[in-house]
Amino acid sequence: MADALPNPNFNSSAHDNIPKVSAYYHTRAAHHGVVTSDWLAQAQAAVGHDPADDITANSSSPDSRKPFSVIDESNNWRRQPDLAEAVAAIRALAAVIRSSEATTMMELEIELKRASDSLKSWDTTSISLTAGCDLFMRFVTRTSALEYEDFNSAKSRLLERAEKFGEISYKARKTIAMLSQDFIFDGCTILVHGFSRLVLEVLKLAAQNKKLFRVFCTEGRPDQTRLPLSNELAKLDVPVKLLIDSAVAYSMDEADMIFVGADGVVESGGIINMMGTYQIALVAHSMNKPVYVAAESYKFARLYPLDQKDLTPAFCPIDFGVPIPSKVEVETSARDYTPPQYLTLLFTDLGVLTPSVVSDELIQLYL
Amino acid sequence: MDARRTSRTVIDPKIRQVGFVTPGAPPDRTQSGPPESSSPPVADMSPAGNSLSPVMIPPPRHASDNLLLHASRAVPPISPIRRPGDSIAVGSYNQSDVFLGTSPTTTISPSSKIVDGEFSEELMSPGWAARGGNSGKVAASSFPSGGVDLMPVKSNIPSSSLTTVSVVNLPPGVSEKAGKESIEVQNDRAGSSKPLKEKTSKAERRALQESQRAAKAAAREGKAAGGASAAANPGNAKPANAAKPPPQKKDSASIAASEKKGGERPQEKDRKKEVPPPRMQFDDKSRVEKAKKRAVVKQTEARNRVELFRHLPQYEHGTQLPYLETKFFQLDPMHPAVYKVGLRYLAGDISGGNARCIAMLQAFQQAIGDYSTPPEKALIRDLTAKISSYVSFLIQCRPLSISMGNAIRFLKSRIAKLPINLLESEAKATLQSDIDRFINEKIILAVKVIVRHAVSKIRDGDVLLTYGSPSAVEMILLYAHELGKQFRVVVVDSRPKLEGQLLLRRLVERGIRCTYAHINAISYIMHEVSRVFLGASSILSNGTVYSRVGTASVAMVAHAFRVPVLVCCEAYKFHERVQLDSICSNELGDPDVISKVPGRKDVNYLVDWANNENLQLLNLTYDATPSDYVSMIITDYGMVPPTSVPVIVREYRREQLWI
Repeated sequence: MADALPNPNFNSSAHDNIPKVSAYYHTRAAHHGVVTSDWLAQAQAAVGHDPADDITANSSSPDSRKPFSVIDESNNWRRQPDLAEAVAAIRALAAVIRSSEATTMMELEIELKRASDSLKSWDTTSISLTAGCDLFMRFVTRTSALEYEDFNSAKSRLLERAEKFGEISYKARKTIAMLSQDFIFDGCTILVHGFSRLVLEVLKLAAQNKKLFRVFCTEGRPDQTRLPLSNELAKLDVPVKLLIDSAVAYSMDEADMIFVGADGVVESGGIINMMGTYQIALVAHSMNKPVYVAAESYKFARLYPLDQKDLTPAFCPIDFGVPIPSKVEVETSARDYTPPQYLTLLFTDLGVLTPSVVSDELIQLYL
Repeated sequence: MDARRTSRTVIDPKIRQVGFVTPGAPPDRTQSGPPESSSPPVADMSPAGNSLSPVMIPPPRHASDNLLLHASRAVPPISPIRRPGDSIAVGSYNQSDVFLGTSPTTTISPSSKIVDGEFSEELMSPGWAARGGNSGKVAASSFPSGGVDLMPVKSNIPSSSLTTVSVVNLPPGVSEKAGKESIEVQNDRAGSSKPLKEKTSKAERRALQESQRAAKAAAREGKAAGGASAAANPGNAKPANAAKPPPQKKDSASIAASEKKGGERPQEKDRKKEVPPPRMQFDDKSRVEKAKKRAVVKQTEARNRVELFRHLPQYEHGTQLPYLETKFFQLDPMHPAVYKVGLRYLAGDISGGNARCIAMLQAFQQAIGDYSTPPEKALIRDLTAKISSYVSFLIQCRPLSISMGNAIRFLKSRIAKLPINLLESEAKATLQSDIDRFINEKIILAVKVIVRHAVSKIRDGDVLLTYGSPSAVEMILLYAHELGKQFRVVVVDSRPKLEGQLLLRRLVERGIRCTYAHINAISYIMHEVSRVFLGASSILSNGTVYSRVGTASVAMVAHAFRVPVLVCCEAYKFHERVQLDSICSNELGDPDVISKVPGRKDVNYLVDWANNENLQLLNLTYDATPSDYVSMIITDYGMVPPTSVPVIVREYRREQLWI
């Protein structure tokens, strides 16, 4: 599948020297702008020949249509710096509906299914991508549209829903930033772990609202998340203090609240996030500090990890600066699972939720 | 349920009552002009009744009601009072008919169904199944305050016309007096009555019945008119079922008898008791006595019962089985299949929630197959009553589990939803296929889905612990083994049932590596375990897992060791009730079993325990595991946290009832 086009995505390990690196890591890297400019350039080169409009892409290459064009389309969208991966996927799926040449509802649904499957298999480790695709399928197909007599009106109805969903997802970040303002009070100290654009948005809005607060920013090894985040915050004139990851407990008593993003929110209400979130949550819990999670609702996934090892692992390269003897094992997991009892609230575009509501929402969406 | 809510819903019907009450007033009107006459009853009412009423009755509505009064009165003025005998009886009957006609639902069939449903609920109320039909129960429980009170107000119409009818034969002064009396009684009652909104159709139905009956009686009395009947009449206006006049009792034994049984009896009962408790409390002596009289199964109560658990039934074990067996061929009302299942419950041959539920449903299926509607009865009503009687029999054999309660509730709702015009054979076939579908979809398929979900949580190298012999967990383990997963099982068991040995045997036969331990060793064995799989008898809506006694300890120890606890439970066993402890609802087993140690004659310290007043043995069957100790619930709707149980109950209860 991947060799028909010079697809940079899933097989990017072929280009890299590090063998065990998940696409998940690349996505992160792309977002953080740390490693990746070259990767992104590659990606752009790969999809560059595609016109922006997907329809023409489809008509121009009818032989190898669906799976590729979906991914390309999603990459197209991803080139926008601010667009989350899942939203890009959602937009791409909407484009699939638009450009579909199917003549029956069933055909369209199958096509959509295939597209979303190929998107998902493109990066199996990304929770938000999988969840976003699943949710899109639910949201779009679970409608009375399927009962329309006329296929075209049904299709336009689907398209309408698809675009609405894309819009909701796109606006989610703003909604969440607004919702979380009530929780940031003057003079507070916020400890932030990982680089979440959502958290950044929240902090940005708070700064714009003339709130006075201080940010502790963890180093976030191995992704070096401190760099983009501290840069952005410094631009906003927010006082920032950098901590090494092992200094979290040391400075926890100064912090008033913890703010983290999430790669995925699972059914138990817990979150899957960058490595280190769990231990920060544990420390915060033992010191009675609230842990707030900012996550869009398209990150809600039908997963239920029982413990840390109960996840699809995502690996990342770790640079220790010195060569490591081959006999020594290195833990390369890129993320961990934080159980719901250590989280205080989730800020989502559905509102401010307690962890247990996640499952309620998921049940209503999926069942 | 609670008085507050009923009084709030009262408001609306109350306005209508004004309309209903006053037609009885025409006698009063003879003394004064029409406009004044309309006001006195209303004015009378408000002080006597709820202080709410003057505030609550909205003026426009009130006025229109008054208009309605006038309009309706425009017809009757010509009627009663000064006309003699028979013609009046007819007239008054029509009049009441007119009034009933104004009310929304007076069709006979649906409300008659309700009446019967309530009758059946009444029948089964002593036990637990009644709570299975929870919604029905609510109706029944609220009934005493609502329906009964509402009824007399309306039944007044015929009864008061009755008074006037008989009164005609008396000297004018007396008639006047009697009339006034009846009015006063009416007004009093109108004030105190608290009709429920939902009850109106039922009450109206009853009012219609009442009016018909009264009309019959009136016709008869009109002929027989004597001092005796006149004397009886003031009493006639007494509340509730007293609306049925005494003379009628003697006269109309023939036709009205059947009708009376259906309509009147539950009323009498309901009036006596207040809101019935959700289940039979066995420490209530008088009620236990009553239940005993009705009981088919004669059981002797155990001695030396533990004080805290006196509200639960406990019988001498093994006393009733031979007795029942001798009665096998005499027991007419019970279907043999149901009887057989009951006996097997009693003997303990069938245990396990699913097995018991399936056995019960299949017995019902047979009973429905052999059922034929008796003449002059409707299938819907009669069959519901039949099922209720079966259920109360089964309860006497062994208290129902929540899953069985849900299944019964399902079956009853299916019966109630049958279209009326369906042929009997069709109806029976529908019900039987419904039961089949319930068994297939809610039990058998559900377990399969659970197995699929649960297997995804078993990894190579896991050590799985299970307690007792839950059927779902057994299937999970076997399926995981089939898939070639490498794991080890720890089967934890407990006295006195030692069900785990059966499971152990079946697992070892398939070549699964097992460890067998008693629950005493749980804290020792737990540190090597990576997952705990438990079954459940029921899961309540606060996430509490109601399961075989000992489950809570296992879950607690696992929690302390940070081992995930997975509870496997089909969604049909979920219940919207909330329970905080294992005391208020539980089942007591035979205490003798725990006093004896099988195979050890030398351990005989408790031989005569029943004769020692100071010694009480407790053999509990279930316990409640708080949701904190449960990591995940695996159900046919997927894997959910215990906090999501109410969501599933809310989202799917409806669907389950409709299927």
